[in-house]
Amino acid sequence: MRLLVNKIFLALSIFSALIGLAFLGWILATLFLKGLSSFHFSLFLNDLVDGGLRNLIVGQMILAGIASLIGIPLGMTAGIYIQEYGQGKYASLIRDLSDIMMSAPSIVIGAFVYALMVVPMGGTSGWAGAVALAIMMIPVVINTTDSMLSLVPRELREAGIALGASKYKVIIDIVIKAAKVGIMTGILLAFARIIGETAPLLFTSETSNYFSLNLNDSFPSLTVSIYDLANEPEESSRDLAWAASFILTVMVLIINLTGRFITRNKK
Amino acid sequence: MEKIFQKLSLASATLVFVLLIGIFLTLYSAAKPAINEFGLGFITNPDWNKEVVVETPQDTANSAEAMNAADDDTITDEDDVMIADEDDEILDEDEMLLDDEDDTATKTIYGGLVPIVGTLLTTLIALAFALPIAMGIAVFLAEIAPKNISYVVGIAIELLAAIPSIIFGMWGLYYFAPIISDLFGGYQVSLLTAGLVLGVMILPFMAAITRDSMNTTPAVLKESAYALGATKFEVIKDIIFPYSKVGIIGSIILALGRALGETMAVAFLIGSVFVLPHKITDPTISIPVAMANNFGEASGLGESALFYLALILFVISFAVISLAKFYFLKKAK
Repeated sequence: MRLLVNKIFLALSIFSALIGLAFLGWILATLFLKGLSSFHFSLFLNDLVDGGLRNLIVGQMILAGIASLIGIPLGMTAGIYIQEYGQGKYASLIRDLSDIMMSAPSIVIGAFVYALMVVPMGGTSGWAGAVALAIMMIPVVINTTDSMLSLVPRELREAGIALGASKYKVIIDIVIKAAKVGIMTGILLAFARIIGETAPLLFTSETSNYFSLNLNDSFPSLTVSIYDLANEPEESSRDLAWAASFILTVMVLIINLTGRFITRNKK
Repeated sequence: MEKIFQKLSLASATLVFVLLIGIFLTLYSAAKPAINEFGLGFITNPDWNKEVVVETPQDTANSAEAMNAADDDTITDEDDVMIADEDDEILDEDEMLLDDEDDTATKTIYGGLVPIVGTLLTTLIALAFALPIAMGIAVFLAEIAPKNISYVVGIAIELLAAIPSIIFGMWGLYYFAPIISDLFGGYQVSLLTAGLVLGVMILPFMAAITRDSMNTTPAVLKESAYALGATKFEVIKDIIFPYSKVGIIGSIILALGRALGETMAVAFLIGSVFVLPHKITDPTISIPVAMANNFGEASGLGESALFYLALILFVISFAVISLAKFYFLKKAK
């Protein structure tokens, strides 16, 4: 009887793993079938107004890129503070708040940036979209920096200080160098996360059918356009949405796997 | 240089604090008109964007009279409005005008009950669906599978977590929902389909943290139980589960917090109608979806009501996540 219960339990557990894999397979299969059938290299050459995706892909990259330029330095320095400088309650308070912020609903962050930037500036803009994404990114970068720095052995720091280096030198030249790979992985994963975000962009950057590098105006976004296209009745729009989703997912998965590959090689 | 760097890092850390407070205050001040107007009754009021007649203290008895009185006012105010032949037409036009001008005769009221209920119900369905499967996957990864299989399957499950939520929405709408509605009847866009797709979304997240907390069980404990002749099931049930229980509950609550705020996957599937669902297969709306779909067109009180919803969502998820963080996950450490 005990052995039977054991067998049933193990079977159920394996079965649920299979369910999980089945969903992954199903979603990826749908994406590849639908995405590849409407995929064409001319999508990279035309803008949305001509039935292509070029402006959207470039726009999404720029938004995520600027968000990274804002989010990575802020997140890293905050992470360094928590791990290296902060003592006691304040540092751990910031750590907890950052963890909470990591799970804050992305649409609420969108609404926050809308009230903070879109309303005063009189309209949606690329800057607002990038700031919303940066706010999403900061806590993730803090979290990785914090946990990767905590893995650096104390002896390394002491050795640096014993050689007469200032604390700042020790952090920049020794601690960060030692934790470099882990932090880079974390940043790549954070980048992969924000590049696929839609909700914070809906009413901050919105999207645009035209190629644009002007961050003061509505800015083309791949994800927001996927949402718009997928809700249109025409079959051709939906096919384009699938092709865009395919490209987006491939980008996200490649960045994600690259991150994992780096860490694995390190080990 | 040293000093500058230290101050800079302190400033960045403080930014997190400022941002959180800033989010709360900004949402609160943007929601202020709606909070003043509807108060806490907002939470229990099921009507969204509904015209109601305001009864002035002088003639509470006859609201039709109040309407007529308002008619005369607007007609005299607006030169554009010609005195039409039929009363009905005047009424119609006036209603539209009043909508814009927020006149005293009628007003638009907003209540948050439908999206709040929709949010909670989709989250519950998602949890009910994801919980058993996620536990199974976690047990499989932590205890059953050989190391290399566990590694590969673990990565696959984490990749599932990396797929953008909008893709879950599209896939759910065009491929998953038709099957579900064939099985259970009802609409393709409904509480049920939205909840299930949401469940698929939080599944990998929940499985990954549960596996991590199961992995913290000391090998010595497990081995002693095996040595006493326990089966794998007994070891999991009597040793691993009690040991990592607090961490597992924490991971469930974190997943719940994530499900509460999810927008895109739900936006495709919930139907986006401000109607309380009577059956599980009825379409309704959730807070994030209400915001995603109505923010663009909203202005004035309507926009403020959406900010009120955002504030409620923010407070709920803040509470849920803090509970997980401070109570359960702290204990687990």
